[in-house]
Amino acid sequence: MSKHHDSHELPFWRKYIFSTDHKVIGIQYAVTGLLFLLFGFCLMMLIRWQLAYPGKPLPLIGGLFSETAMIGGIMLPEFYNQLGAMHGTIMVFMGVVPLAVGGFGNFVLPLQIGAPDMAFPKLNMISYWLYFVGGLIMFASFFVPGGAAQSGWTSYPPLSVLASGGQTWWLIGMAFLINSSLLGSINFIVTTIQLRAEGLSFYRLPFFVWAQFVTAFLLLLAFPPLMAAAVLQLMDRLAGASFFMPSGLVVNGVSSAVAGGGNPILWQHLFWFLAHPEVYVLILPAMGIVAEIIACNTRKPLYGYKALVGSVISIGFLSFIVWAHHMYLTGMGTKMSAFFQITTMIISIPSIIILTSLMLSLWGGSIRFTAPMLFAVAFLPMFGIGGLTGLPLGLTAADIHLHDTYYVIGHFHYVVAPGTIFALFAGIYYWFPKATGRKMSEVLGRIHFWLSFIFMNGVFMPMFIQGLAGVSRRLYDPMQYAHAQPTQVLNVFMSISAWCLGLSQIPFIINFFKSIFWGERVNNNPWAATTLEWSAPSPPPHGNFVKPPQVYRGPYEYSVPGSKNGYIPQDAVEAGSHV
Amino acid sequence: MSEALIRFISKPHPVTGVTNSKLGVWCFLASEVMLFGGLFSAYIFLRTGVSDWPQGWTLLNVPLATLNTMVLIISSVTMVMAWASLAMKNLSKYRVFMGLTILLGVTFLVVKSFEYGHKFEHHHFPSTSNFYAIYFTLTGLHGIHVLVGVLVNLYFLLPGSALWKKDPDQLMGRVEAAGLYWHFVDLVWIFLFPTLYLL
Repeated sequence: MSKHHDSHELPFWRKYIFSTDHKVIGIQYAVTGLLFLLFGFCLMMLIRWQLAYPGKPLPLIGGLFSETAMIGGIMLPEFYNQLGAMHGTIMVFMGVVPLAVGGFGNFVLPLQIGAPDMAFPKLNMISYWLYFVGGLIMFASFFVPGGAAQSGWTSYPPLSVLASGGQTWWLIGMAFLINSSLLGSINFIVTTIQLRAEGLSFYRLPFFVWAQFVTAFLLLLAFPPLMAAAVLQLMDRLAGASFFMPSGLVVNGVSSAVAGGGNPILWQHLFWFLAHPEVYVLILPAMGIVAEIIACNTRKPLYGYKALVGSVISIGFLSFIVWAHHMYLTGMGTKMSAFFQITTMIISIPSIIILTSLMLSLWGGSIRFTAPMLFAVAFLPMFGIGGLTGLPLGLTAADIHLHDTYYVIGHFHYVVAPGTIFALFAGIYYWFPKATGRKMSEVLGRIHFWLSFIFMNGVFMPMFIQGLAGVSRRLYDPMQYAHAQPTQVLNVFMSISAWCLGLSQIPFIINFFKSIFWGERVNNNPWAATTLEWSAPSPPPHGNFVKPPQVYRGPYEYSVPGSKNGYIPQDAVEAGSHV
Repeated sequence: MSEALIRFISKPHPVTGVTNSKLGVWCFLASEVMLFGGLFSAYIFLRTGVSDWPQGWTLLNVPLATLNTMVLIISSVTMVMAWASLAMKNLSKYRVFMGLTILLGVTFLVVKSFEYGHKFEHHHFPSTSNFYAIYFTLTGLHGIHVLVGVLVNLYFLLPGSALWKKDPDQLMGRVEAAGLYWHFVDLVWIFLFPTLYLL
């Protein structure tokens, strides 16, 4: 092969910008995703000011905002709604998913299956650029007249159909993101099925690959209905259709001019048909990352590998038939509610199997508490809290009280923030040496972990108390209702925690950039891990492997009695361990 | 380029029996099924939600749509013939059948645009009623799919067929993939026609 030549001949813009190399694309995804995570986090810190000190002018930076956002530093309700809607949209669709799937999936998956690249490198590049353009559109929507979308990240009609122009930008931005993830998911599925190395059967795949593989199916099949919904809402907004607009709609005392006959619930069905599988798109890659790191750092095989794989596949199937548990209070009838309540309880079983298997994997291991391992271990109780607090929401009776309160916010943030985002941090610390050939600083990593861990809980734990007290989400003025006022002190506590959480990310940012240039140089396999990506050079060249790997055994052969180093890589020829 | 290292581009995988592109197109079509499935579900949801949904044949032009149905079905046949010509190593015959497929696709779009024009003349817009709204949305989205199919086929008729000299198997695989898409677009119309025009 002339791959050596190519990597020298390619001009800069083909090698680093419009690259078709899965590793470059993965890093592009990861960096863009991290920037959007930071941006979404900044929106949230603004929200927290209004919640802690309602109606008080924002100090220092309050004067930087335009008259349509803040007057004299005092936030306007319209701007507050934009922050809320865009925080959710950016974190889910432009932060976590691109980092977890686009970033880690693209970078690690082909390496772990011993492939030279993705099956369709050009589609992979287009996928990234569609995401980039979609992100730009979302970002630019803050500057259009009337500001960005302000109907929540769920964009429920009729509010969203009546909202200002930013909502159209939101829909078009989503169309780009949907098509980006469609191309990405096709690539992942085909790569995993077609391009596995010799000897790498499905039951020898690392759990990370399984998690990404199932995630790709969710993206492939769940996103198109949102595309359909976005098309319908665009028709409502731009062509005057009334798919989501009921007859006899009165807005601000004025009878609406639309033809009517539509139904706002239709949007909710189409949206949640995407958005519930999307929840598992957020969590499954995180579970995959955590599984890899736990196996490596406990120096023992994962507990119940086949149960894990079975669970991840059943979650994939079940996630398509639970969506209406977000809609118990729409009056869809008790029989429907009962059905979705049952499926929701059933889907918690495989999730608990995964969590339990990962917990049991710790048992009896000689654990190395490295920075990635700290984040991975913290993932377990944090995701556990998030998961268990979800059960009352899945029960129709309990949901009547908890629906649309801060309890819901606390629940899903425990799953996604100290859950998934901790796993993503773990992944960054873990695979950083593979991408750069250098390790991130352990000391800064530990500082980052402990501060984040404390303040994360400081932000989200009080939300359960607020929610149980009946405080609604999406309220501009937290003092508006008498029953919410006693919990205002918690708002101040949570806001201070949130700003401290922001400061706690500074060690990570320093560590990230410092380690690219001055980090400790390490060999190809610094964690003494068994999966295939650690057999490739660090950073892997174009085409990844020096010669196509041959796989002889399962992914987690740690602490094998009689082995040379105490572990056996998947592609090592070693006697006595042939499984 | 890295494409040179990737296996199963023109020869099928010995276990799965398909090339990368064929598997990819099937995945893409699965997602398309979900897209149109979502829209058809929306149609059912809207129609069952109101008492006065009109009968399609009272408002739409059934003879023209029947003609268009025939046009698309014939184009699916010519598409298969184009692929079969490649399998029989006959490039000039491939060109004839591919050209016919494109011509029929364009015919469909022209007929459709006459139908649209007629509706607009009578001031029937998506804002008129949800019947017209879902009609324009479904047929419009299908029309875009036909247009994309015509463009893809046009590519394989003109610049794409240069691959024939270098790797005939790969060109055959690509034409087969384009054909799978084309049949899918045809199939969507087979469902759209009775749903919108006849029920």
